Formats: sequence, structure tokens, C-alpha cells
Amino acid sequence: MTALLEVAGVSKRFRGVLAVDSVSFEVPAGVIFAVIGPNGAGKTTLFNTIAGVFAPDGGAISLAGERIDGLAPNEICARGIGRTFQIVRPFPALSVEDNVMVGALLHRRDLASARERAQALLRRLDLFDRRRQIAATLTLPDRKRLEVARALATEPRLLLLDEVMAGLRPTETDRMVATLRELNRESGLTILLIEHVMRAVMALASRVLVLDHGIAIARGAPEAIVRNPAVVQSYLGAETA
Amino acid sequence: MRSLWSSIPVRGRVILLVWAALLLAAPIALDRYLISIFVLIFYFAYVGQAWNLMMGFAGQLSLGHALYAGLGGYVAALLWFYFGIGPWLGVFAGVAVAATFGAVIGWLGFRFGIEGVYFALLTIAFAEFTRIAFDNMPFTGGAGGLFLLYDAQRSHQWWNLRGGPLLFYYLTLALAAGAAVLTASLTRSRLGFQWLAVREDEQAALSLGINAFRVKMIAILISAGMTAIGGVVLTFYYNNLFPAQAFDIGRSIEMILAPIIGGLGTIFGPIVGAFILTPLGEGLIALTQKLGIDAPGAKAVFYGLALMVIITVRPNGIWPWLRRLLGLTESGS
Repeated sequence: MTALLEVAGVSKRFRGVLAVDSVSFEVPAGVIFAVIGPNGAGKTTLFNTIAGVFAPDGGAISLAGERIDGLAPNEICARGIGRTFQIVRPFPALSVEDNVMVGALLHRRDLASARERAQALLRRLDLFDRRRQIAATLTLPDRKRLEVARALATEPRLLLLDEVMAGLRPTETDRMVATLRELNRESGLTILLIEHVMRAVMALASRVLVLDHGIAIARGAPEAIVRNPAVVQSYLGAETA
Repeated sequence: MRSLWSSIPVRGRVILLVWAALLLAAPIALDRYLISIFVLIFYFAYVGQAWNLMMGFAGQLSLGHALYAGLGGYVAALLWFYFGIGPWLGVFAGVAVAATFGAVIGWLGFRFGIEGVYFALLTIAFAEFTRIAFDNMPFTGGAGGLFLLYDAQRSHQWWNLRGGPLLFYYLTLALAAGAAVLTASLTRSRLGFQWLAVREDEQAALSLGINAFRVKMIAILISAGMTAIGGVVLTFYYNNLFPAQAFDIGRSIEMILAPIIGGLGTIFGPIVGAFILTPLGEGLIALTQKLGIDAPGAKAVFYGLALMVIITVRPNGIWPWLRRLLGLTESGS
């Protein structure tokens, strides 16, 4: 199987601090891949490097064999990577539906067809009843779902999710997990997620990469990762015991 | 167009039609002075709409829009003055020059990430140094101004914008209406959604594949071009131009008051704002003159006060409130 996303020796430095230190991994098409690690491990920096917010200082990033590192975020999205933000960024004054419309208009030129796509996604993310509401008035769990719907509207091949479970209650987490699983199963959507909620990671991911101080310290199946002594020491601690 | 019309609630359509009929027929009952006030109302509704398109929809603050109006006016006036080229042709040159300036300002601002108030300072700087340049260029008349002299032979060539207040009444009315229709249709387009996204959150817009630089450039080009057309018309209406007035920051501020007071990012905001502000401002001038008070700054003080009161009482502008009052809340933006 060829990798959809290939990250090869990627580094990112901020004024002397090496936030991401030559990290390499591959995300095969159709899988759900998780990146975990303690706060400040460089997960979001790695994400932002893939999404084009920063150009990496070293290494290469390829999507389906094509180099994408150094491209602008909008170009990367146009090539098929959708993303959410750790701190959600809905368009506050727009309605929920119009938020998703903006994403759908990337590949659809006419409003009617974009609206159709937006509404289908709103149904899927349980936001259809709130579609006329102004995004600023949504609760946090709804905003998180809105971010996912909006990113999906751009018809990505790869979806980057930056802590979409954070701040959700367990039942809401389960709902989100179920939705993401469905999307992955039905449309073969490849998902790369950063997550602290281990319950979600265990339920979703088939492969896990562990970052600590910008370095990839472990990788493998989730069941093996939670028993990895280095991971337990640096990140999971006694929580999982 | 048809979908635009059908998006307005029935009650709104009725109000709009009655209002349009009243404005079309109004000159019958108005004297020259009142007509001249309506010309100003329509003019400010028009240029306010042009500014609103860039600020209210694309979220880019310009405080130097007088630049585009001044350039449009000067280019068309100079072509007429030196070569006898009519404004119906000169307007294209005026729009091209203004749009070029807009492109330079936009490129500098958007390419190098100069945002918000810093971008606004850039727009002021361009208007100011253009004013200084025109003050010192002999072929534009310099600080002494440029005058379009009365020419009996051409005095009724309406296509060359030679005519009385009535011509300008209908012309500016058409411009204001046209700008509203254009803005309304743009906001219901893909580009309109992209503008709103960039206005709301540029980072998020980028992450959804929107080329923010491109859509902001389009906004400033359209806005500058529209404003230049307004400048051409106003110049041929007044028949004179002075750099100190045409490019003055006070002129730029005057242009943006109507959309702010009426309601930023709404179609009818600039129109409602112009209908409130201009008659009050002109009325104040008439009043002070009648009372024999010499108070040249009265209008500016009054505008300042009006702005403070309205922003305090109706922070989203008059139109959103008025729309609710008229029972048009559903979709008639």
C-alpha cells in the first residue's frame, strides 16, 4: 500500500527551540492515524507544518507522492488536506450553514450544489437543526462538530483533526468517534488526529505515533503503545494503570 | 437578478417599489436646492456602498477612499480639459488609474501582511501623498484647482455630463441603485462567501482553500473602481477640483460615515445612512447660515456627535434595527 501522506525527516525550529526534530512517518490511505504526546511535544507544530501554516526547516512532506511542503495553507487545502483548529475558529457572524458553505464552495462553483453538500454534512454532524443559528452562539461541542463539517466540506482526501475531542463530555466523545469511524469506513477518508483523549485514540486509531520534545519516541498499534515503557513514562504515566 | 428579487420578502418588495417610484417622481415637487441635496444623498449612498463592499464584506478598512474619487475626477477632468475627451470615455481611464492605485495599495498591504489599522494608515498615506503631488503639479492646476469652464455649445450634451441638477439627480440615483444591486449579487456569489470568510477569520479561510490575497485584491479593485466613477460624476457636477478637498482625509471620513451609521456589511446600510446623515448635515449648514452664525466646522462637529450617538444606541447601525421595525427580518438584507 502506498502512503497517502509521507512525512520524511521534518524539522521545525522556533528561535533556537527545535519544536519538531526530524520526524518521519507515513499515513497509508484509508487509515486513522493518531499522534499523541504530552503538552509541548510539538504535535500542533507538526500539524501546522503539514497544513502549510509553517514551512518546515528541513525534511519533506508529500501527499500522494507530490511534495507539498512550503505550499500556502490554501494550496494545501486545494490539494486535498482538510483541517480543524485546536482552538476552534468558526466564522462567528455567519450562520452554521454558511460556515460549511464556505468550505463546500472550494470545489463547487454554484451555490445550490454547495448548499446541498453543506446540508448533507450538517445532517451527518447533527447540526442540521441549528443550521440557521449564528456560529458564535453555538456551544463548544457544536463548534467542534462545525469545524469538522466545514473541513469535510472541502472534500479532503486527508483530514487533520487537532484535538477535536478536547472539552467534550464522554457521551459527546463517543458520538464524535462514531461519526469519524463511519466517515472512514464509508468513504475511505484518511484521518490524522492529534488527541489527548486516550479513550478516543484507542477506539479510533489503527496506528499511533508518540511525540515527546519534538522527537518520535514510539510508534505502532495502540494496544502496544499503551504498554510501551517509554510512552508510559513520558506521557501516559499512571493514568492508564 | 431574478433570484435576488425573489429573496426579498413581499412586504420588502412593496416598500422598495413605492420608494423607487417616489424617488423617480420626486423632482417634480422639488426645487433646485432640494434636488442638489438628493444628489449628495445618492452620491454618498453610492460611494458608501463601494467602501462598504471592501470593509463591510471583505473586512478591509480603508480610510483613504477619497483617493479613488479624486483620481477618477482628476483623470476624467484632465482628459476633458486638455483633449476634449468626454467623461463617458474618461470614466474608463479614471477607473483604470484608481484601480491601479488600489492594486498597489492592496499588493503592499496584503502581500506583506499589513492588517487592520496599519492597513488603514497605508490607505491614508497614499491619499495624502497624492494630495501633495497634485498640489504641486502645474498641469493639474496645482493647489489653485482645476475648473471645467462653461461651454455654451456643449452645455446640453448630457452624455458628456453637461447639464443641470436633474441630470445628476437621475444619474446618481441610478449609480446608488446599481451599486446596491451589484453588492447584493456579489454577496450571494462564491466570491461573496469568500469575502465573508476572510473578514471573519483569515486563517480559517486559508485552511478552507481560499486564496485570501486574491479575494482581497478583487475587493479593493472593485471598490476603487466604483469610487472613481463616483468621483467623475461629482467632478462634472461641481465643475471644479481642488487637491486639498478631493484627497482630503475629511472627505474619506465623510464617505464612510453613511455605511457605518446605516449598518456595515448590509446592502441598505449605506443608503439609509446617507438618507439620514446628508440632509441633517446640509440642514445644519442652512440653519447656521440663516441664523447668521459663521461656524465652518459645525458640520464636522455634528457628524461626530451623530456618529457617537448612533454607535452608542445602535452599534450595528440603523438598518438592522429599521429592518426589524419594518418586519423584514427574514432575508431582506
